[in-house]
Amino acid sequence: MYILEIDNLYKQFGGNPVLRGVSLRIAEGEVVSLIGPSGSGKSTLLRCAALLETMDRGTLRFSGRTAAAERDSRSVYAPRQQLHQLRRNFGLVFQSFNLFPHYTVLRNLTDAPVRVAGRSRAEAEDEARALLQKMGLADKAGAYPCELSGGQQQRVSIARALAMHPKILFFDEPTSALDPELTGEVLSVMRQLADDGMTMLVVTHEMSFARDASDRTLFMADGVIAEEGAPEQIFSQPQNPRTRQFLSGVLGR
Amino acid sequence: MQSMLLQLAEGMATSVAIFVLTLLFSLPLGMLVALARMSKSRLLSGLMRIYISIMRGTPLMLQLLVVFFGPYYLLRVNLGSGYRFPAVILAFVINYAAYFAESYRGGIASMPRGQYEAAQVLGYSRAQTFAHIILPQVVKRVLPSVTNEVITLVKDTSLAFVLSVTEMFTIAKAIAAAEKTMIPYLAAGIFYYVFNFVVAMLMERLEHRLNYYR
Ligand SMILES: Nc1ncnc2c1ncn2[C@@H]1O[C@H](COP(=O)(O)OP(=O)(O)OP(=O)(O)O)[C@@H](O)[C@H]1O
Ligand SMILES: [Mg+2]
Repeated sequence: MYILEIDNLYKQFGGNPVLRGVSLRIAEGEVVSLIGPSGSGKSTLLRCAALLETMDRGTLRFSGRTAAAERDSRSVYAPRQQLHQLRRNFGLVFQSFNLFPHYTVLRNLTDAPVRVAGRSRAEAEDEARALLQKMGLADKAGAYPCELSGGQQQRVSIARALAMHPKILFFDEPTSALDPELTGEVLSVMRQLADDGMTMLVVTHEMSFARDASDRTLFMADGVIAEEGAPEQIFSQPQNPRTRQFLSGVLGR
Repeated sequence: MQSMLLQLAEGMATSVAIFVLTLLFSLPLGMLVALARMSKSRLLSGLMRIYISIMRGTPLMLQLLVVFFGPYYLLRVNLGSGYRFPAVILAFVINYAAYFAESYRGGIASMPRGQYEAAQVLGYSRAQTFAHIILPQVVKRVLPSVTNEVITLVKDTSLAFVLSVTEMFTIAKAIAAAEKTMIPYLAAGIFYYVFNFVVAMLMERLEHRLNYYR
């Protein structure tokens, strides 16, 4: 059983085709990296998977439960209540963090578990403190997001997503908004999650992360997955000329 | 002298009552108007747009007269002089709700999409997102412009004189005419100044309290 299954996804914005038949399966515990040139549709794919965009065509399933089926070449989504339940399956880490600025770090981590998942406040707080400990932010529970560095904010937002116990975590360029010296602390938290067996789909420009930390790498170009395979293979023997061209650009060789 | 001060004090109480009642109703009503103005229903949003533009595009004094005399001229119902004070409150409330609605709308529109999206992914319902994530931040964002309106309201309360409601300014004018003295005007000036000062101070304090985050 796959945690995430996307089949034959098409998506256009105002007549501009952005995704043109994307299929993707992610098994439990897999870490999948998604790379590709700017504008190739990586974020759009992630946003469709996170139910932030509606697909024009194609199917979407989480652990075998259907979020969108295809009928007459159109995606037909499950009723709202069901989608609401399905959101429990995933978490999303944004490039721009999107923490709630009016809540403390602790409240950012506990508000949804209490309000949405109905957990007790005490239980949610205990867990939030454990997560912060893991993120190396134990002393920041009472701080407001504006008092933290970008790297700290991004680690809080990873913890916020984890606090809802998702089966899969989506990341959209989690380090792109960070200064180079802050990138490392976020990547090392992500590596740790990967080692702990978290299922992850990571859009990234950090080729070292894709190469060393992921089980599988997808290369996207012009709205399709142009090549996929084990990272060693993609990075050392890319088959597709587009992949070669892209990698020689970003790796500088 | 004694009775003059007593009368003025009574006027002050009326002015303060107009101020408080107007805010009590128009602050929340403005939020409903703002939400209706932003609703997907073309009809509702169109109606609110017209309402807001009339309230902002015509003098408040005229609106006071229309609200007071409208029922008589349009419907031939005589609501009597007991309607004077309610008419003032009604006119102020619908006028200020329109101004507050525009402030709120600006504040809501300025919220980054990412806040809605983060809440949605975490499973907040739309109502929860608005009440717990968006609204508290909007309050902070609109506070400066709301403060401006509130301070304008302090001075606008004197417009109630057109309906002969015995607020501060009406009484000062009457005494000044009867006693041939400027003192009531002086007293009125000091009153409005102090009133404003206190309101500005309270708003500043509120703003300060919301400064715990950026
Ligand atoms: N909401 C939208 N409305 C219109 N066009 C959009 C929208 N979102 C994305 N696009 C377009 O879709 C295309 C793919 O965008 P997308 O953000 O998915 O690319 P990306 O691979 O994530 O690029 P980057 O590496 O720069 O983040 C772009 O041409 C973009 O302009
Ligand atoms: Mg992107």
